[in-house]
Amino acid sequence: MSTEALAPFEVRSSLDHCIKCTVCESSCPVAAVTPLFPGPKTVGPQAERFRAGDHSPDLSVDYCSGCGICTRVCPQGVRIAEINSRARAEMKVERGIPMRDQILARPGYMGKAGRPVAPLFNWALANPVVRLLGERIVGVHRKAPVPLAASRSFSYWAGRRRRFLAPRRVVYFHGCSTQHFEPEVGKKVVAVLEHNGFQVLIPKQDCCGLPLQSNGIFGAARRYVERLATQLSVPGTEGLPVIASSTSCGLMLKKEALEILGVEDGHLAEISKRTYDLFEFLLELHERGELRTDFQPVPLTVAYHAPCQQQNQLIGKPALDLLRLVPALRLVEMDRLCCGIAGTYGTKREKYDIAMRVGEPLFADIKTASPDLVACDSETCRWQIAKATGVTAVHPLEVLYRAYGGS
Amino acid sequence: MALSQIETDLLVIGGGSTGAGVAWDAALRGLHVTLVDRGDLATGTTGRFHGLLHSGGRYVVKDPSSARECASENLILRRVAADCIEDTGGLFVTTPVDDPAYADRFVEGCGAADIPVEEITVGAALAREPRLNPRISRAFVVPDASIDAWKTVWACVRGATARGAKVLPYHQVMSLTMTADAVTGAYLRDARSGEQLRVRARCTVNAAGAWSRRVAELAGCEVGVVPGKGIMIAMNHRVVNTVVNRCTMPGDGDIIVPIRTVSVIGTTDIPVSDPDHIDPTREEIAEMMEAGEALVPGFSQGRALRVWAGARPLFPKTTGKQVSDTREVTRSHSVLDHEALDGVGNFLTITGGKFTTFRLMAKDALDLAARKLDLSAECTTATVPLPDSESKRFYWIGARQEEMEHEAPDDPLICECELVSRGDLQAALARRSDWQLDDLRRALRIGMGPCQGGFCAFRVAATLHRDGQYDRLAANHALGAFVEERWKGVKLISWGDQLRQTRLDQWIFQGILDVEHLPK
Repeated sequence: MSTEALAPFEVRSSLDHCIKCTVCESSCPVAAVTPLFPGPKTVGPQAERFRAGDHSPDLSVDYCSGCGICTRVCPQGVRIAEINSRARAEMKVERGIPMRDQILARPGYMGKAGRPVAPLFNWALANPVVRLLGERIVGVHRKAPVPLAASRSFSYWAGRRRRFLAPRRVVYFHGCSTQHFEPEVGKKVVAVLEHNGFQVLIPKQDCCGLPLQSNGIFGAARRYVERLATQLSVPGTEGLPVIASSTSCGLMLKKEALEILGVEDGHLAEISKRTYDLFEFLLELHERGELRTDFQPVPLTVAYHAPCQQQNQLIGKPALDLLRLVPALRLVEMDRLCCGIAGTYGTKREKYDIAMRVGEPLFADIKTASPDLVACDSETCRWQIAKATGVTAVHPLEVLYRAYGGS
Repeated sequence: MALSQIETDLLVIGGGSTGAGVAWDAALRGLHVTLVDRGDLATGTTGRFHGLLHSGGRYVVKDPSSARECASENLILRRVAADCIEDTGGLFVTTPVDDPAYADRFVEGCGAADIPVEEITVGAALAREPRLNPRISRAFVVPDASIDAWKTVWACVRGATARGAKVLPYHQVMSLTMTADAVTGAYLRDARSGEQLRVRARCTVNAAGAWSRRVAELAGCEVGVVPGKGIMIAMNHRVVNTVVNRCTMPGDGDIIVPIRTVSVIGTTDIPVSDPDHIDPTREEIAEMMEAGEALVPGFSQGRALRVWAGARPLFPKTTGKQVSDTREVTRSHSVLDHEALDGVGNFLTITGGKFTTFRLMAKDALDLAARKLDLSAECTTATVPLPDSESKRFYWIGARQEEMEHEAPDDPLICECELVSRGDLQAALARRSDWQLDDLRRALRIGMGPCQGGFCAFRVAATLHRDGQYDRLAANHALGAFVEERWKGVKLISWGDQLRQTRLDQWIFQGILDVEHLPK
């Protein structure tokens, strides 16, 4: 398939390429575990011919997790997942968006609300009674992985540190998770980039709108991503590479905002072309001989899982390629498609069991490998994997950071 | 062996929209009707049109009387045949290749023909149909719609049958029986069993459309119908959800009709001598694909699913002139009383016309037949809704998808393209006992989607065999014939995506099933 983003009507027209070979259906991790989802071909190129934009005929497309594997495996280039995401949004506009999805779709609100009272907030999220109420009242499964609020945001840290000046500069797109839940990841990203001689510009930035998009709330998602595009291109950053450490948010900028949301903002299209996944950027540096390889031994066994949204960028598994350079590191590649969580999908009461069944083969492989750590580029996948396996899950950057001597 | 005999008031020859409409009208007037066709119903011109329910807009300048007929029939059919109609609305747009002066004549013509027309801005037209050519200069909204020909014909036939009509598909008229000055009925032959049948009728209506010359000749009468060949191409999905027309004098490839899951571009108009031999040519196909670009840029890059041709029954009202350009022949219809014209009583021909005016054609034919039969009952087809249209709710494209969402998950899809489940198939099988595989296609749309039968044909054949409809050899034969028939409409447009599909289908039918060498 082509890696160029398509115009919205081209996404729909790509259904013309479907020859009903069913490769997508046999690769779909959700259809494999539940009859509630009839499969990506069925709700995608097949059902799309029955959609005329006036009134949504759909129900089951809601069970698509949006992992995007169907689009990736399609030998004919049908944008199956994109067609399905748009159909799901149409359906939700018509049938109403539950309050639960409105909340899940705005992680920034939760992060901001939790920060001032982080200990209490985090205690509540770990409390079974609170969680049971949350399931009953809101619809978030009581066992679903949820992140803990950080008491200081990443931007708080970034605004107070001494500036590192260098001729080579990059813009860092850290995403909501780094901002509100895992500021340590962001600090290490900055450290690794600076170690390699880059000045890291961190403009004020808000949510990219991905959770809104995956929950079918397209109007707000478009506003969010357009706002982000403006924020990331503050004067003085023209043409600089934009580095995303959250792989799903990076994909949003690179492709999904254009293909799924149909954002026609020229600004966004321009930024999209110079957005890199963190490890994609680092591997390119290495291929040009510009990455420092003063690695120290990291005597750990690390199981690496490439998340769907990273795989959908069609850049291979750059983290795996780079971490192989680290001495003494025993890296085990997990050859499974999906952990099941798919952003907020697996946290929902009615989908939690499905998500756990989807992830089961991965969890089993991880347990077999009995690693010290799991490395995975996507935050929600890390939370899901850690919760399901009990193994600590980190961004692969953290392993690289250790190799550079960080602790 | 004694010949089976049928006594009837009215024998209708031709099971297209006209014949079915005549049967429905006659049954409502209390007549006993017998409707016959040499093949299945709606397999001639009716089953081969683009699906446009005209607002009349197309003819306002060129053929105003036909435009007026279309306008009033459009309103009537919306009331009585709602279940067969999708209210897509229509747009007439002035593209860069069209004469900009035509638009004002068009608006004037709409006014004269009582067609509601509203000019909208180019921006509004593009918002409604994003794939329209952004370089159009004017856009007009008219009440065009799309109409399912098969559904309409079956609704007429179901209504007529419920009032005692006898419907005989696959019965060819071998000869008309006559006294010295009148037709008294016909000898029929059942194309499937070979059995002969005699029908005695008080009056006979020739509704054979483009074939009406042949039927009339059986009574020694002449009907100067000129078959006008038009080709159509169905595209794999709906590139527009509104009927779009170029705002210009009617020409080739200037309409795109969203009908069911596809969009059909049409059409051409070439006089032919034999309505049974009207294969599309590669040149015509290339011209049609190119013509689509004026309305929808990128049209020719889309996936063409199938191409076919239909034969319009054009009837020049000025007789004796050689017809060289069938575009110049009126789209209005004529009822020919062969008693007045040829001295042959109780025999009339209804020809010319269009699908949109089929009800009016039937009414006009029946009004004459009623006089001959001394019947006073008036036509009620303008007010009595067809079966399943009683609620006056229009058909909706999403209906099958929505229905599937509520079907039991253990009712698997037989036809994935057109969403026909095993339950749907079995319900159809229970309705009628003599289905041919290809009849099921028209009834359920099996084999009409992107894979053109690649995945469903063998499933249907197997189901028919399992249910005892076909023995092993008959199932093999039916499968082979079906695949062959589908191939006819695909071979001329096999490029790009459809060629890939065809290859996959061939691997299934030749590689896995070896249909050509199955014992038949």
